[in-house]
Amino acid sequence: MTASVAREEHVGPDGTMVRVRDLHKVFGRGHDAVHVLKGVDLDVARGSVTVVLGPSGSGKSTLLRCVNELEEITAGDIRVGGERMGYRTDAKGVVHRLHPRVVARQRSRIGMVFQRFHLFGHMTALQNVMEAPVQVRGLSKRAARTRAVELLDRVGLADRVDHYPAQLSGGQQQRVAIARALAMDPELMLFDEPTSALDPELVGEVLAVMQDLAASGMTMIVVTHEIGFAREVADHVVFMDDGVIVEEGAPADVLDHPAEPRLQEFLAHVL
Amino acid sequence: MESLPELLRARPVPRPGRWVSAAVVLVLAAMAVNALVTNPAFRWDTVWLYLRDVIVVRGVMWTLVLTFGSMAIAVVLAILLAVMRRGDNPVMKSVAWFYIWFFRGTPIYTQLVFWGLISVLYPRLSLGVPFGPEFFVFTTRDVITAFWAALLGLALNEAAYLAEIVRAGLSSVDPGQAEAARALGMKDGKILRRVVLPQAMRVIVPPTGNETISMLKTTSLVIAVPFTLELTYATSAIGSRTYQPIPLLVVAALWYLLITSLLMVGQHFLERHYGRGFDGGRTGRRAGRAPGAGPGGRGRLSRQQAIGAAGTTKDDPFLEVTP
Repeated sequence: MTASVAREEHVGPDGTMVRVRDLHKVFGRGHDAVHVLKGVDLDVARGSVTVVLGPSGSGKSTLLRCVNELEEITAGDIRVGGERMGYRTDAKGVVHRLHPRVVARQRSRIGMVFQRFHLFGHMTALQNVMEAPVQVRGLSKRAARTRAVELLDRVGLADRVDHYPAQLSGGQQQRVAIARALAMDPELMLFDEPTSALDPELVGEVLAVMQDLAASGMTMIVVTHEIGFAREVADHVVFMDDGVIVEEGAPADVLDHPAEPRLQEFLAHVL
Repeated sequence: MESLPELLRARPVPRPGRWVSAAVVLVLAAMAVNALVTNPAFRWDTVWLYLRDVIVVRGVMWTLVLTFGSMAIAVVLAILLAVMRRGDNPVMKSVAWFYIWFFRGTPIYTQLVFWGLISVLYPRLSLGVPFGPEFFVFTTRDVITAFWAALLGLALNEAAYLAEIVRAGLSSVDPGQAEAARALGMKDGKILRRVVLPQAMRVIVPPTGNETISMLKTTSLVIAVPFTLELTYATSAIGSRTYQPIPLLVVAALWYLLITSLLMVGQHFLERHYGRGFDGGRTGRRAGRAPGAGPGGRGRLSRQQAIGAAGTTKDDPFLEVTP
């Protein structure tokens, strides 16, 4: 039912990069089932930065992981660049799961940065950044290397190309992870608490790279607790609590004049 | 290095027990060596003579072929079994479980005897449609010779053990690694080959080296097939023929020791290869020439290397040391 409503809306060409409609996610079955997302609607304009705030357990990360199909959604409809993620509905109205090959292609257009970096530990920074372009896109090693060096230079790590992740600080690792995601020329970048695992003094270098990226026109969804980043960089701020979006809008409105008591309470705690 | 204050020159705690125990063990070791060298019953001249005997050296060759051949087949099978067990197909999972249960649960000797008797149990083999027409028919005795029976018997048994080692290795890799690869658009097969397996090797190689060394000695059981060309049978045959069993046993033991030593060297290099990027940056050729100094990260690499080399810290890839 919800799927048919969403299908009638034509998305994509109007400048919407991400459109989420009535998204539900339930983990587990029966008595152990946990309803984590309870009907989320979200629009992200092309070239905009959306920051998702919320207490832990509010479903922020799950929302992000659903957009990238790292989690299978329970109900609803997610479109990125007008293309429905993970599913298709045939002429008779029957919903089909997309083939893993197609899902992999969809994911390859979306960059993801994780809280714990997840750099490939057995590869140098350069090899980490070259891996997906060579293995997924079939780029020549030479071309991938040139591009990887460029990207590592862009995140300020030109002198760290031959270092293994274990030889880099957390902030450096996260910047390599950003370069690795950018190497696939994504249309959309997802950041899942990118600075939460970092020492306080290393947070700034990662946020600076993200700010540069936003200025270059990248569409970004950022789950974070960095209110300062939200205020300075975000075009749109979303506050989630208990699986739903409680309040959203321009950063100045949401952060300085919160309407919802739950958001007021949250901001009082983090500011 | 900047100037240090006056160094702590503390006297160590006296530990006389260390000296006493070391002396006792040294004396015992000297007695053992003496007992070996001076006892004429070992006939060291005969040992030296047969160490280079043509039949013995040929036996060494066959033992090596059996060891490496069966390990190679077993590794491929084991990866297959481990992936089957970790997958979500219940048929694959059960079949892999049953295979491991069966081949670990029966003695290798029994299995080798069985493989030797296969041409009696199934005198002919055929290729064709299952339960349907046959296209090619072979005489089992022609296809599965004593050598192949021995090789298959060892390999199929070993695969069951290695499968569990591979499974443990695959489980040891942080699931975040596969997730990051998936997020980049890599497909399952590629994620396994490029991301998970290379890192699992760090855990897989040491016990597999152990298994290889164990296999070297297990090849002496292929007399059960019977296959009679490998080292143990070759030397004991000479021993019986010349009425000198003890020197020939020593010949075999020395060869096994030599091969084991070479295997250990090989294992060392394999471990170093698959340990690259881990072990606090001590390993891997690239790390060696990577610049340690640079703006913002002054001396980080050498610092981490020094801390890692001391061996007093926990090996944690997420260890945060702020420069």
